[in-house]
Amino acid sequence: MPNKKRLLLKQQLTRRHFNAAEVPSAGSAVNFSPFEQNCINTAAPMTVTESEEKLVPTSGTHNCGGRCLLKAHVRDGRIVRISSDDTFPDTPLMPQLRGCMRCLGYQDRLYHPDRLKYPMKRVGKRGEGKFERITWNEALDTIADHTKRIMKQYGPEAIYFNYGTGNAGRVSERVWLTRLIGLYGGYLSMYGNYSNGCSLMATPFTFGTTATGSSREDWINSKLIILLGWNPAEVIHGTNSTYYLKQAKAAGAKIVVIDPIYSNTAIGLADQWIPIRPTTDSALLDAMAYVIINENLHDQKFLDTYCLGFDDAHLPPGIPSGNSYKSYVLGESDDQTPKTPTWAEAISGVPREVIVQLAREYAINRPGALIQGYGPQRHAYGEQVVRSGTVLAAITGNIGVKGGWASGTGLQARSNYVASIPTTNPCQAQISHYSWPDAIRRGIGMGADSGVRGVKQLSSNIKLIYNLAGNCLINQQSDINDTAKLLADDSLVEFILVNDQFLTSSAKFADIILPADNMLERDDIATPWGFGDYVLYTSKAVDTVFECRNGYDWVSDLAGRLELKDKFTEGRTLEQWLRYLVEETAKKNPGFPSYEEFKAKGVYRWHYPEPDVAFKKQIDDPKNNPFPTPSGRIEIFSPRLWAMNKPREVPAVPKYVPAWEGPQDLLHKKYPLQCIGHHYKRRVHSTFDNCGWMEEASRQEIWINTADAEQRGIREGDKAKVFNDRGVIVLPVKITPRIMPGVVSIPQGAWWTPDATGVDQRGCINTLTKYQPTPLAFSNPQHTNLVQIQKACERSG
Amino acid sequence: MAQQLAFYFEQNHCVGCDTCQIACKGKHNLPVGQLFRKVYEVSGGAFRERDGAIIPEVYAFWISISCNHCVRPKCIESCPAGAIQKRPLDGIVHIVQDQCIGCRRCLKACPYGSPQYNPFTRKVGKCDFCLDLISQNKPPACVSSCPMRALDYGPLDELQKKLGSVNSTKGLPRADTEPALVITPHRHAVDK
Repeated sequence: MPNKKRLLLKQQLTRRHFNAAEVPSAGSAVNFSPFEQNCINTAAPMTVTESEEKLVPTSGTHNCGGRCLLKAHVRDGRIVRISSDDTFPDTPLMPQLRGCMRCLGYQDRLYHPDRLKYPMKRVGKRGEGKFERITWNEALDTIADHTKRIMKQYGPEAIYFNYGTGNAGRVSERVWLTRLIGLYGGYLSMYGNYSNGCSLMATPFTFGTTATGSSREDWINSKLIILLGWNPAEVIHGTNSTYYLKQAKAAGAKIVVIDPIYSNTAIGLADQWIPIRPTTDSALLDAMAYVIINENLHDQKFLDTYCLGFDDAHLPPGIPSGNSYKSYVLGESDDQTPKTPTWAEAISGVPREVIVQLAREYAINRPGALIQGYGPQRHAYGEQVVRSGTVLAAITGNIGVKGGWASGTGLQARSNYVASIPTTNPCQAQISHYSWPDAIRRGIGMGADSGVRGVKQLSSNIKLIYNLAGNCLINQQSDINDTAKLLADDSLVEFILVNDQFLTSSAKFADIILPADNMLERDDIATPWGFGDYVLYTSKAVDTVFECRNGYDWVSDLAGRLELKDKFTEGRTLEQWLRYLVEETAKKNPGFPSYEEFKAKGVYRWHYPEPDVAFKKQIDDPKNNPFPTPSGRIEIFSPRLWAMNKPREVPAVPKYVPAWEGPQDLLHKKYPLQCIGHHYKRRVHSTFDNCGWMEEASRQEIWINTADAEQRGIREGDKAKVFNDRGVIVLPVKITPRIMPGVVSIPQGAWWTPDATGVDQRGCINTLTKYQPTPLAFSNPQHTNLVQIQKACERSG
Repeated sequence: MAQQLAFYFEQNHCVGCDTCQIACKGKHNLPVGQLFRKVYEVSGGAFRERDGAIIPEVYAFWISISCNHCVRPKCIESCPAGAIQKRPLDGIVHIVQDQCIGCRRCLKACPYGSPQYNPFTRKVGKCDFCLDLISQNKPPACVSSCPMRALDYGPLDELQKKLGSVNSTKGLPRADTEPALVITPHRHAVDK
């Protein structure tokens, strides 16, 4: 560690010690760490003016649906506050990019006493969480040795980068290590992700693309906006998404929220809340289609012009009658079941008259936007609801028009080019993001029927995992108790590298842990997920601490050990790479600012004269602009899915497929409650779980309906024991009418904390979830769980 | 008084995101246990089941509240040390830290739970309308942070003229202290 850094830390320590000593009742001075006093208000309310502070533009680069323009307020080398940038005017058309509670409270995470400080190696059994401090040299030697050995012994298909997006910047450690291992021979890569794997897979079967979203300014043209399982106020799915919805409402749109929970978005924006049993959304959408077709409210001209397979007359050649969507909905196909509102009511819990009302409104009160959140597709047959939504948008002609919405993934169709660090991967093999446990157990011979792509069969089991800035190794992956056993066996995966800022549940399974620098301690470039037309430069605000190192720094050193340093770095410093990104971006964006100007402002925003409407040109001029599907049409009936010949689980037209562990599963008798894990405002997935300010604002607790709690004698202040055959959790309860009866929710992302008997004491939903990839996307079905609940004990205090 | 400053709360569009609460904590560097602005949920009602159908008869809304810099502040009356003062210029009620003796009588007096005892300094703190920002003509931290633009501030009479005179809803105490607060209520937060 450079001496300068040590000195700075020492000074900070001394100063804070001094402050703490001034306070008469600071009783927590035992085991003092330089971080612990951060949040303690040791003096009178701040009177120092902002002018004495250095303001550094930055943003949150963890895997958040928002990307906001923030200012770090720095005084004496220390961040004292984080605020949303307000240096440019806040207008409805060009609103400020305001952050949420998570980033505005970020100093509580940055200066957390549990930050990892040094490289460590495992000394106990894998997963036990026992580690010993080592030097960076020893850590990098060990990583290099295992990488060389495993590459030689098993080949690149044995080396896997586990999903992880704790650092989603353009120059994250993941970018660098994939670049290096790509140069070294390659690695088994992945497709899909935990957020919207089913949606990414299913949407292109209808439209040929996932970029089905208009820009959000267009919502003011909608007369009806249906949010199907979408809670952007809490997920922060797009900075300002809720603000655009507010504007749409002011312009006259009716907003309907369909969700098992009376969500935060619903409370602040909805005219109507429709609770629905998890996993049954397709049944609701099918019944809406039934009403629309039955009452002749569908847009036949649109369907005839643009779509394939709505009715039997428009099926592709060679497909027998009775296989169209209309036949399915009207009960003229194999199942002979008309998808009436009464049929859907029994499945979904949505009253039949509400289904009729919503169907009529969506078909008549046009244009309307049926916007799908990703929650409903994280279930056993999550592909279906995605396609059901796209088909309903087509039936009502709400595609390619102002105020409409094509449904599906909804990534913004208008995109802006921002350059990336060049990477290659000579290894062609891919698995889904979710199916790596299979590739550990039985990788050799695993093929297309398990979602393998790029090669016919895998040639190796996974033997080495790089888990960088991610908690999906345990915490965010299904069936934790089983995964833990799998990972604990070091004859299977022989080496696990973790790079993180905290000893997360996943980090406990590392063989080597590297302490990562923090987003406020490094320069980076960040773009939003899907929504918005801007790019951010996140400037380093403060020096990093202890022996934490930047990804480029240590991966460069690792490159030296693999004799690839020059090839890897191309002689560039990190800053030179950032300049490279800006230069490459500028080549395709005339008027893009210089590196210096971009860095100083922290943001570049593309300006467009009007909102973008997805698929407008396909609708306005279909002859010259076919949809990017094989037929050039909106494929309501998908010949590609038909060819897969798995009609029950992967039907050629979207269908309601009853989920295992759904409300119709017989297991319901033993485990009568459906358990979901909604996104919680106080976390980004598992990031921020350990932050006191966040816990104070939104405690980790299971949401249970008042009636369900009463039936079980559970009262406010109790803890509940939640269990099924896969695991047990004990956690506090939130007894609330905001969740429908029969459904409970354990907000996702809490860190798995088993006691000696394996009972999770924190409330990680994946203690209860099942590992079973979905049939088409091989994605995660984590809202598909049946559980039972009992009162655990009275909470003390 | 020249011009009583007040907060505006667009309750009907509050999504309970807690951003204002955290922005305030960050601005005032508050440990866990102290909230100069807090956000809380009010909810109730139940579901009716009809055959298989589940029909919600549920209400819920949010309250975001700090010190209301009341026109008739009870905290000032309660303070034996004269540490709580109301500025003649703008009506901002603030606690002079040097004079606070930490007796916590103001905690009991305030109907909104605004004053917050700090066990480390053994003094009471509370929202001071971000005096330093206001003096630079900048909005308080809570207002400028709100992702829904559901918080605002301004002279009380102007806000009332523009936005009405609601200063209490369900889930809030009766406005006996004349809080400098204007609310556009959520439909569930008022009697129909």
